[in-house]
Amino acid sequence: MNRREGGDRRVLAARRRAKATSRMPLVESVAVVRDGRGDDDIVITSMGNAREWMAMGPLHPRDFVYVPSAMGHATSLGLGLALAQPNRRVIVLMGDGSLLMNLGSLVTIASLAPKNLVVVLYDNGVYEITGSQPTPGTSAARARGDSVDFAAIARASGWSSVQRYSALDDWQNNFAKVMKASGPTLVVLDVEATNRPGPRSPGKTAQRAPEFMAAIRSVANGV
Amino acid sequence: MFTGQQVVALFRELGITHVVSIPDSTIGRWDEALSNADGLQLIRVCREGEAWAVAGGLYLGGATPLVLIQCTGLFESGDALRNIVHDWHLPIFSMIGYRSYLNQDTLPGDTCLVFTEPILDAWKIPYKLITDANQIDVIRAHYRECLAKGTAGAALLAEGKA
Repeated sequence: MNRREGGDRRVLAARRRAKATSRMPLVESVAVVRDGRGDDDIVITSMGNAREWMAMGPLHPRDFVYVPSAMGHATSLGLGLALAQPNRRVIVLMGDGSLLMNLGSLVTIASLAPKNLVVVLYDNGVYEITGSQPTPGTSAARARGDSVDFAAIARASGWSSVQRYSALDDWQNNFAKVMKASGPTLVVLDVEATNRPGPRSPGKTAQRAPEFMAAIRSVANGV
Repeated sequence: MFTGQQVVALFRELGITHVVSIPDSTIGRWDEALSNADGLQLIRVCREGEAWAVAGGLYLGGATPLVLIQCTGLFESGDALRNIVHDWHLPIFSMIGYRSYLNQDTLPGDTCLVFTEPILDAWKIPYKLITDANQIDVIRAHYRECLAKGTAGAALLAEGKA
């Protein structure tokens, strides 16, 4: 290793450490959405955030805990709901590992530009529910030591509103403003990785789907 | 097979509100008619797996979607189909292009002929094979039967080339 390479590596390592220390806790970041969502809003949760969402108390009738899921398809399910329910805000909570499995959905969503769709991306760099293995998008798994910039991908794909927060108080202070933005909106949250198991389905899907449909049949006030 | 106008007329008659699709060379000929049809929204997705989840969200939201893809996309999108149609019991109807069924000049030995129907059987999707332009009534009847039963279903559209 020459001196320059060693220097570059130390810089990259320092950047990684700095980034690692500027991540917000998952539970509190999920609670921001749970506390701030509107009564008419539809909230789709998936994977690790669904586990935390369910642990915080009873579900709202317009919560859709997307468990079981086809991994990565929460964005697509949310797109369909946003198009069918244009007077409701649809908030999708998903992880970076999931989004990597369906990155094209960012392009699909931008092409249709639903103003009422908000995707909150919990970026922890790992496949949390399988034991926190690094995703191919995280710095730990990449030769250059960088990580995928989901906010930049969304902007380049044509999303009209893209935000990124690493500090919990920034996310808390900006939540209301983010929700009022004309979408589609992507919010990237740098969150700490946890090492907890995957979520359990809160009930039988054959009952949950019609109950959810009944809960969104009423007229919404608009977003 | 069918013209774009015929397909649009059929979808309108059946009450379809959204067509979630990736084209092939047969389905793609309907693009202009689908794009311009009043009361019908064409949703272009990037990968077929997306189509089932978008259709699932539309259905949950009260719309009446239809998935329009080629059989190769059916192969790709199995887990998404399984989740939406079987985990969540959402009765999504699809029209699936059956590559090389009528003509294998372009792709001799195309394995789409080997796998398409067994895969539809494996995913427990009741389907009708459509080989002739006079069979549009078969699609209509199958759709209505699936609707009445509350199940997913498919029309498998024989195609001549890739």
